[in-house]
Parts: sequence; C-alpha cells; structure tokens
Amino acid sequence: MSDSDDTAPITLYRLQACPFCERVVRKLADYDIDYTSRFVEPMHSDRNAVKRLSGARTVPAIVDDNTGVTMSESGNIVEYLDKTYGGAE
Amino acid sequence: MDLDFDIVDLPATDHPTEGDDAPEFTRPLVTDEYWEDVSLSSLLDGEPLLLVCYPMDGAFPATYIWNELRDRDFEDTYQLTIAGLSISTPYEHTTFIEERGIDTPLFSDPANGVAEQYDIVNDLDGMAGVAEPRPAVFLIDTDQTVRYAWVADEWPAFPPYDELEDALATHCEMKPLGP
Repeated sequence: MSDSDDTAPITLYRLQACPFCERVVRKLADYDIDYTSRFVEPMHSDRNAVKRLSGARTVPAIVDDNTGVTMSESGNIVEYLDKTYGGAE
Repeated sequence: MDLDFDIVDLPATDHPTEGDDAPEFTRPLVTDEYWEDVSLSSLLDGEPLLLVCYPMDGAFPATYIWNELRDRDFEDTYQLTIAGLSISTPYEHTTFIEERGIDTPLFSDPANGVAEQYDIVNDLDGMAGVAEPRPAVFLIDTDQTVRYAWVADEWPAFPPYDELEDALATHCEMKPLGP
C-alpha cells in the first residue's frame, strides 16, 4: 500500500478519525491498492467537492479511475472492493 | 517619526538562492474543499511556482501578506502557480482560507520540516517548542531551480512586493490578454 501516490487510480475522500473511512482504508490495504487520500471537513455543509462527485456529502466516498466508478457508503465500497479486487462472488 | 519598538535581527542562513535546486518535499496541501499530500515537484507542471512561507495563520503578518498578494493578483498577469506554507494545521488553513477569502492552496507543515530543509527556521521567542518558517518567498522554475529568493533577515518582516513583481516579470510568461 502506498498512500497518496500521484498516479494512484483510487481517490478516497475521508474524514480524519472516521471509523467508516478506516474500514475502507483497511480494505484498500488488504488488497494492496494504491490510493490518494483527500481529507474533508467535519462540517457536512462544507463538503461540496464530495457532493459534486457522488451526489451526496457523506464520506467515505471513492473514485476509481480503473473502472470509472464513484461510490459512497462504506458497506457499498467494501463490497465493491471485494468484488473488483478481491475475487469475491 | 520616532517609533520606539525593536526589530530583531535574524542570523545568516544557508537558504537556497538563485540557481540552486529547491529542496523537494511533500506535505498536505489545503484548498477550500479538501487536503491531500502533494509534492513540490508536482506543482511545477508547466509553469513556475511562487512558494510563500508565512507566519502561522492568525498572526497579523499572515493576514497582511495574503491581503497584499490578493490585491496584487499576480496570477492574473503572469503564468505561475502560487502556494503558501505555514505551520498551521489543515483545519486552521481551512478556516483561514474561508475567513480571508484566499484562493491559493496552502501547505500545512506543523513539524516545520520544510523550513529546516530550506534553512529558514524562525524559533519563536516566548513560545516554547514552537518554530516556524521565516517569512520567505521562492520563485521555483519548472525544472525545480530557484529563480528568485527572498528570506527575512529580521523579524517582523514582509516580502519586498515590488522587487518580487520585478522577478516575476523577468522569469514568468505573461498571461495572454483575455477576450
């Protein structure tokens, strides 16, 4: 795992110390996927960058340039990562 | 006019000057929307970078420096990128950007390592354990060579804005005129 590689295909929008975000981070680490971290504000209303991408202001959210997928909610993201990078059915 | 205050002389340093390589670093770069780790070299893509090292967010020189830079709006005239750097955390940068209407990204370096790399450390009297960069500006070309450097040799001090603008005129392309 290398965090914040300039060429990393996955961008993770995260909030510092957010356990749902850490869940996604752990999964990215498990699959040894390069990603860039973008930290957003605790104030929900200040997260316009995330809103533009995913339609919602919630984090975690990921953008995967490998597949063109943008997605939020940690449960969905973990499931997506399992399917896409973990070989899970 | 007799102003009865003290300007502190700062010791000589071995900071990078014209023709030197600008030391590489990576730090969180804060915009009004998020922060992420960004390297100096990644900001040198296509146009020079003006790196503005300034006192911690909230100190009056920080406000004065960014007010002046906003008024001068160098990016409107010249092809360059501007980035700030202080020891303030990303959260403080976010507030500073919002409250002062700053449209320049700011590097966050609480451990002051970049100032150490550039030999521009300012140990702050009366704030035990806290050091920050001296006020300083570096114009860094796309090949990461320093084209112009100004580093405070006294405290407080402010960049020589007219001299800086002359340096930009010498080393940066003019922006094409708008329609």
